[in-house]
Amino acid sequence: MTALLAIDALIDNPKTRIVVCCGAGGVGKTTTAAAIGLRAAERGRKVVVLTIDPARRLAQSMGLSELDNTPRPVKGTAGAGELHAMMLDMKRTFDEVVLAHAEPERAKAILENPFYQSLSAGFAGTQEYMAMEKLGQLRAADAWDLIVVDTPPSRSALDFLDAPNRLGSFLDGKVIRLLTAPAKVGGRSAMKFLNVGMGLLTGTLGKIFGAQLLTDVQTFVGAMDSMFGGFRERADRTYQLLKAPGTAFLVVAAPERDALREAAYFVDRLAADEMPLAGLVLNRVHGTDAPQLTAERALAAAEALEENGSPNSSPVAEALAAGLLRLHAERMQIMDRERRTRDRFVSVYPDVPIVEVGALPGDVHDLDGLRAIGDRLGGAD
Amino acid sequence: MARTPGQADRPTPEEAPAGGFGAHGPGSPDGENAPDGGRGRDWEGVRLHVVSGKGGTGKTTLAAALAIALAAEGGRTLLIEVEGRQGIAEMFGIAALPYQERKIAAVTPAQLGLPGKGSGEIFGLAIDTELALLEYLDMFYKLGRAGKALQKVGFVDFATTIAPGVRDVLLTGKACEAARRKGPDGRRAYDAIVMDAPPTGRITRFLNVNSEVAGLARIGPIHGQAQAVMRVLRSPETAVHLVTLLEEMPVQETVDGVADLQEAQLPVGGVLVNMVRPPVLDAAAVAAVDGDHREEVARALGEAGLGGRSRAAATVRAAVEPLLDPLLEQAREHAERVELEREQRSALQHLRLPTYELPLLGEGVDLGGLYRLAGELKRQGAA
Repeated sequence: MTALLAIDALIDNPKTRIVVCCGAGGVGKTTTAAAIGLRAAERGRKVVVLTIDPARRLAQSMGLSELDNTPRPVKGTAGAGELHAMMLDMKRTFDEVVLAHAEPERAKAILENPFYQSLSAGFAGTQEYMAMEKLGQLRAADAWDLIVVDTPPSRSALDFLDAPNRLGSFLDGKVIRLLTAPAKVGGRSAMKFLNVGMGLLTGTLGKIFGAQLLTDVQTFVGAMDSMFGGFRERADRTYQLLKAPGTAFLVVAAPERDALREAAYFVDRLAADEMPLAGLVLNRVHGTDAPQLTAERALAAAEALEENGSPNSSPVAEALAAGLLRLHAERMQIMDRERRTRDRFVSVYPDVPIVEVGALPGDVHDLDGLRAIGDRLGGAD
Repeated sequence: MARTPGQADRPTPEEAPAGGFGAHGPGSPDGENAPDGGRGRDWEGVRLHVVSGKGGTGKTTLAAALAIALAAEGGRTLLIEVEGRQGIAEMFGIAALPYQERKIAAVTPAQLGLPGKGSGEIFGLAIDTELALLEYLDMFYKLGRAGKALQKVGFVDFATTIAPGVRDVLLTGKACEAARRKGPDGRRAYDAIVMDAPPTGRITRFLNVNSEVAGLARIGPIHGQAQAVMRVLRSPETAVHLVTLLEEMPVQETVDGVADLQEAQLPVGGVLVNMVRPPVLDAAAVAAVDGDHREEVARALGEAGLGGRSRAAATVRAAVEPLLDPLLEQAREHAERVELEREQRSALQHLRLPTYELPLLGEGVDLGGLYRLAGELKRQGAA
């Protein structure tokens, strides 16, 4: 039988230092991260929530009006703890890494390089990498005892775990090495082994991208040379940090087929990488306080009212009663469908603890809304 | 399906008056449907339909439904996916698609509940970036064995990484090529191409390949390719449709997405509102139940048979009473949602774009549901 995911026990445990919320887009991942952060703070912890590209209103609900890449205190929380929140600015984070690891002159050359500018703003994995970079920084600063991370809305579930490695291996990858300093990888013998002529490589690249880009890349790589090892190392360190005790992954989903399929993918992937999965947060689950009335009976009664009327009520009342019954039938059908979807997941992953969070009729706009979600996460109705 | 596109007779979004497509505004999807269930097509002349939308809104589903709808009158459409997810195979219940166009389904008007005869075909293609790049390189330079070697040193990764725009050019380029391709008889290979594109947040960047690539490759074949692609994408032969739900975040993204597309001079198509549920009761009705009519409603519920077999008033009442508050609470939540949806509809209305509403399919979208949605798109004039 599936265990209940005890969010409160998780966030109350002082050994829990990092909570990573991951999952497909559109399942309320950012809201979940914010709600967990608020709940942990109000239960006494010193929390920072790192969000990636949140909805405007949600950001405002936490008092984040500016995207300045720095944790800001969230006002209006109750209790002894503290809540800080920040939005990731990937370009600025990248710039900071460069500034921190290169002498001023060299840093300037890198920041002004057109290739760097394109890489820092556009590389498919930059956002993921920078999210991890920022996480590493926040953890190293040690100013908070709990960091809640909202992962980027990745196209594929794999991106977020792969990105640090991908950027790392890209920057000290073979092609870059060949382009910049062929001698370093063994000179002619390496080229022979790879069966590629240097001329063919640079020639082809030049033809496709134009010679200017190649020059930019070479200049960039030259300027970054001292940082290359650093990149790899940092990526590895962040990866290790994620695997370390004290980190907990929450997979966020909604009780819909596609969302749970993505969730299953995440669960598998986390297991493959030996990442510590705490459990599944199932958002937007429907419930009812009248479970004794089945969908079938409600529908039959609604039809009876609509067709035959009732001897002692007005047509208005009949229509209203029928409406109530139809809504209830709809609700029961949704619940039934959600239960089946959930059960399919559970039968494949019986060991993954789950917490179900009731559906709210509207969107979350303020701390009260986040608090309400937090209550549901904590197991209250 | 028209074989020759009547170009340029489609007004641009800015020129289009509200409802200028002889269409409905958002909220009255059935407004002007002809009695036979069909009406004028809104996208006459469009060959390339790009479908985007926020994650979780059903973008892949509606792209597939649109491809079916566009083939309904005996045409041939190509459904393209670009994100390597095999969403098409999943949707149609077939084996994973290779990087090759193949027939995935057929459609007749009758299947969509429409009059008329004929049979249309839907082809599918899952684009593999790596293979597309090698294919492309091979077209310009006879690479032969060198192509394999390039692959081995991670060249393709490198190339698409240092210039993400390059990947996008290859993906959009493939769609544009298919849209313009002609058979030996001089006829178009496909009547329409539907592309299941990246989500709203990235769509403008994805399509605006010219500027993406311009900074990197100022000359050379990629540059030329980008410009050719851009010409097709900016032409009246292309329409970018956005899928949304009647919820705040997806609608906000749609509004932002439309602005971005327009700024980039990309042709905005229609808004596809997915998973629409019919309103049952509004706030006024709920207030009525809660107030003056509470007694009467309780009586009606009892008389509808909720009291079981008993005719005794007290027994019936005892069965109905515990239901009343929960049912009312559910109705209140429903009314709140109806109100939120009304606001979101009005936000969409301000976009002044042709809008189509697709029903929420209770059991999730299976193949049957896909054809139902296709019929709905067809009836509302999206195809």
